[in-house]
Amino acid sequence: MEYEAVIGLEVHVQLKTNTKMFCGCINKYGGLPNTHVCPICLGMPGVMPTPNHDAVVKTILTGLMLECNIATRCKFDRKNYFYPDMPKNYQISQYDEPLCEGGAVTLNLLAYPKDAQKLETTVVDKKVRLVRIHLEEDVAKSQHDEGQSGVDFNRAGTPLMEIVSEADMRTPEEAFAYLTALKQILIYGNVSDADMEKGQLRCDVNVSVRPKGQEKFGTKCEIKNLNSISAVRRSLKYEIDRQIEVVSEGGTIRQETRRWNDVKGETAVMRIKEQAHDYRYFPEPDLLPLNTSLGLRSEAEVLMPELPSAKKARLATQYGVSEYQASVLSSEVALADYFEKAAEAAKDKGLVANFLLNDYLAINSDLSTIAVPAPWFSELANELTAGKINSKQAKEVFGLMVSDNPGNLTPLEIIKAKGFVQVTDTGALEAWCDQAIANGARSVADYKAGKVAALNALKGQVMKLSKGQANPQTVGEILEQKLKAL
Amino acid sequence: MSMIHFSVTALRKQLAAKEISPVEVVDALLARIEAIDPQVKAYLHVDAAAAREAAKSADVTRPLGGVPIAIKDVLNVKGDPCTCASKILKGYIAPYDATTIGKLRDAGAILLGRTNMDEFAMGSSTENSSWGSTRNPWSLAHIPGGSSGGSAAAVGAHEAFAALGSDTGGSIRQPAALCGCVGLKPTYGRVSRFGLVAFASSLDQIGPFTKTVEDAALLMNVLSGHDPLDNTSSRQQVPDLTARLTGDIKGMKLGVPKEYFIEGIDPQVDAAVKAAIAKYQELGAEIVEISLPHTEHAVAVYYILATAEASANLARFDGVRYGTRAEKPTGVLDMYGRTRAEGFGPEVKRRIILGTYVLSSGYADAYYKHAQKVQELIRQDFHKAFEKVDAILTPTSPTAAFKAGERTASPLQMYLADIFTIAVNLAGVCGISLPCGFTMPEGDTPRLPIGLQIIGPNWGEETILRAGHAYEQSTGWHKELPPI
Ligand SMILES: [Zn+2]
Repeated sequence: MEYEAVIGLEVHVQLKTNTKMFCGCINKYGGLPNTHVCPICLGMPGVMPTPNHDAVVKTILTGLMLECNIATRCKFDRKNYFYPDMPKNYQISQYDEPLCEGGAVTLNLLAYPKDAQKLETTVVDKKVRLVRIHLEEDVAKSQHDEGQSGVDFNRAGTPLMEIVSEADMRTPEEAFAYLTALKQILIYGNVSDADMEKGQLRCDVNVSVRPKGQEKFGTKCEIKNLNSISAVRRSLKYEIDRQIEVVSEGGTIRQETRRWNDVKGETAVMRIKEQAHDYRYFPEPDLLPLNTSLGLRSEAEVLMPELPSAKKARLATQYGVSEYQASVLSSEVALADYFEKAAEAAKDKGLVANFLLNDYLAINSDLSTIAVPAPWFSELANELTAGKINSKQAKEVFGLMVSDNPGNLTPLEIIKAKGFVQVTDTGALEAWCDQAIANGARSVADYKAGKVAALNALKGQVMKLSKGQANPQTVGEILEQKLKAL
Repeated sequence: MSMIHFSVTALRKQLAAKEISPVEVVDALLARIEAIDPQVKAYLHVDAAAAREAAKSADVTRPLGGVPIAIKDVLNVKGDPCTCASKILKGYIAPYDATTIGKLRDAGAILLGRTNMDEFAMGSSTENSSWGSTRNPWSLAHIPGGSSGGSAAAVGAHEAFAALGSDTGGSIRQPAALCGCVGLKPTYGRVSRFGLVAFASSLDQIGPFTKTVEDAALLMNVLSGHDPLDNTSSRQQVPDLTARLTGDIKGMKLGVPKEYFIEGIDPQVDAAVKAAIAKYQELGAEIVEISLPHTEHAVAVYYILATAEASANLARFDGVRYGTRAEKPTGVLDMYGRTRAEGFGPEVKRRIILGTYVLSSGYADAYYKHAQKVQELIRQDFHKAFEKVDAILTPTSPTAAFKAGERTASPLQMYLADIFTIAVNLAGVCGISLPCGFTMPEGDTPRLPIGLQIIGPNWGEETILRAGHAYEQSTGWHKELPPI
């Protein structure tokens, strides 16, 4: 029997704000334990929360980017449970009136893992629907040493969005693509840095299997301790195989929470799902309901960025780059921005895209380290387009420009310093060609005998004689004419 | 008359005229406290040295310059203990000032000490304190009311010129009535709650205890206003509440709700309040009979909503970060369990359990959500009434002070002490209690004060203060001194 998996994700995203969700403490990763704290985020007696305006706006912005319905009125609730990580032993969250409902994440081709992009099973531009997005406060972090435990409250009170998807994903690759695409949009909106290693994006996975064609969901398991997008994919692969094996041998899946062990590459039982926890939600009496129509929504609308898909389409039409190049360029806002500046003054924008994607990113995966002023790309490309240097020279200039440029010379200065000119004067070129033919009797004979490749040897001779300054294309044409006339 | 008997208003005049100095005032008060507080037990903690020090540099030109004020032990005063009369907060030192404390400091007040209360403001007699009960200055065998019994007794016994308390279901007005002083529960949102250890966040308000209505207006001028740290505090403008205390209330429409004059009310209380109503008529007010039909449900609704919120508000007392922690816990659950079992008193535990129950899945609809709906009906009662009248007159408490120990065995009997004050918190409106007479001495029970409650609409503090002031000036009950 053939089985299929049903996957839904719950993603927690720390918002990029200056201060915490309900107090004035700095919202910053790291720091010595309990240095980013105050009476409010420590839950001292008598303190009250004040909602972070930017966090609300950024959650609405996320909702707008993901095409959610933004509630005109919403409220905060208390979620009650005892845990040392929770300063108040209740978390201020949103229960039945979240900020955003509905919406979807579109799985574009580049969001899939590289090895899955060409697979037939990969559904490009699949929409994974969202249930809701709500805003809450993050909890602290416990540390356990031998015989004692400590709590670091630096993280407590960090603004946290919970994004809940429908169980719309069917493969580990789709879960991978969902997280990649979601992360891309969060970064696009400057809503979060979404760094999983820093816990800025955390993901819990729900997965079940069922015979293909069956509508009813199987019993699901939850996977925790997933610290990277690739871990999500690998854990799902493992877990789906495990569940299929159990079911196909006639066994049943027990509803449980499983922990991913990244080193062993397997999931193991963490706890068996007991009765559903009773969180005793009730409206947070310390906070007034939020009315988003009073400016909050319009503030978010102003911040609405050009989204990846729109940017991709615009780059393709405005700069004439290929669809693939447009996808790559739009995968990161910083890259797209840099490209637009780099290509601004170029006559042939495609050349700039080639320089950036083939020549630069092929060697350096990280654009943030590039020290080259973007306009230099145009300057160099225009020299090439105008035929003032040849492509080989251009590559050399580019190499010097990006990685060996102690004098911080502009492309024009490098060209001058190198004495690069391209000789197109046919008189001089013909003389070099004649000399090459005279010296290369063997190549001439080969060419005459039908070995077309022999032309390259002659061409190389000419380039050598010209000290690399001959226009290779013109040289080729002249040589061909001369050889035919022999 | 000794200066300890001055009202704040009279004291300020003397201080401004340099007839007396703030140091003399503090010394006189400390002497009074030393003499009688061992019997009254209004204070948990008196910071004599700090008060003397503050008196030396007091700026008497400020609104409360040089005026010593007592603070209920439920408000955070930076550097001071704040125990809420609970063992669980033993050793906790407040790391910050409540907004109202900051306002008092800015106004030049001298913070004198912390007053006793029912643990976490849960109670009506100040017998639920972990540090011993407070007694009524008019009869030491009687309770002062609660939960702000320490503040009421301190002002009633003239051990303080004024005090702050908190009122969730009557915790300012009821003890004010029983101790013969003035107590005001502001409109919800009028005074910042930041720094008030929460009992029921949607009902709590901080308010003043004073000897006169004018003093209450003076303190309300200082305490009121929006606070960016309290999201529920209102941006509504604060008028000068002392400005219109003219004594003239001609044409004011005062409602008398029939549901507040019921069987079970002490006949002497009933008579005193009816005499006060007659006095108002005499003063030119129009008395209108009104109905607040959902009154009978107020106590039940209150004990569902208030305990629900309390169950969450008191969850933070877990031994992890401050206060007491059970010795040698074997694990985190053991630490939680024993810390809370040892730290909380029986009434607090009762309410946490009740509140947890009414929020539990399967019960929340029948209790919590249902109570919210009835609360809305109670709110509507008042809003409809205030379309017809400017303020409402009722007894503050169905009886005068009762004897210590008399009701401790029956929580329900105790809960009924707040039957006339609770609906005001549920509706969010404002109320004041002021003296309107005394009971007749009987056997070993001396005469005890009776309180009149004046209820005003949202932001109606000015109206109830005007009405209260006019009555007070025409009767003079506030001039009576306690026997102690
Ligand atoms: Zn903080």
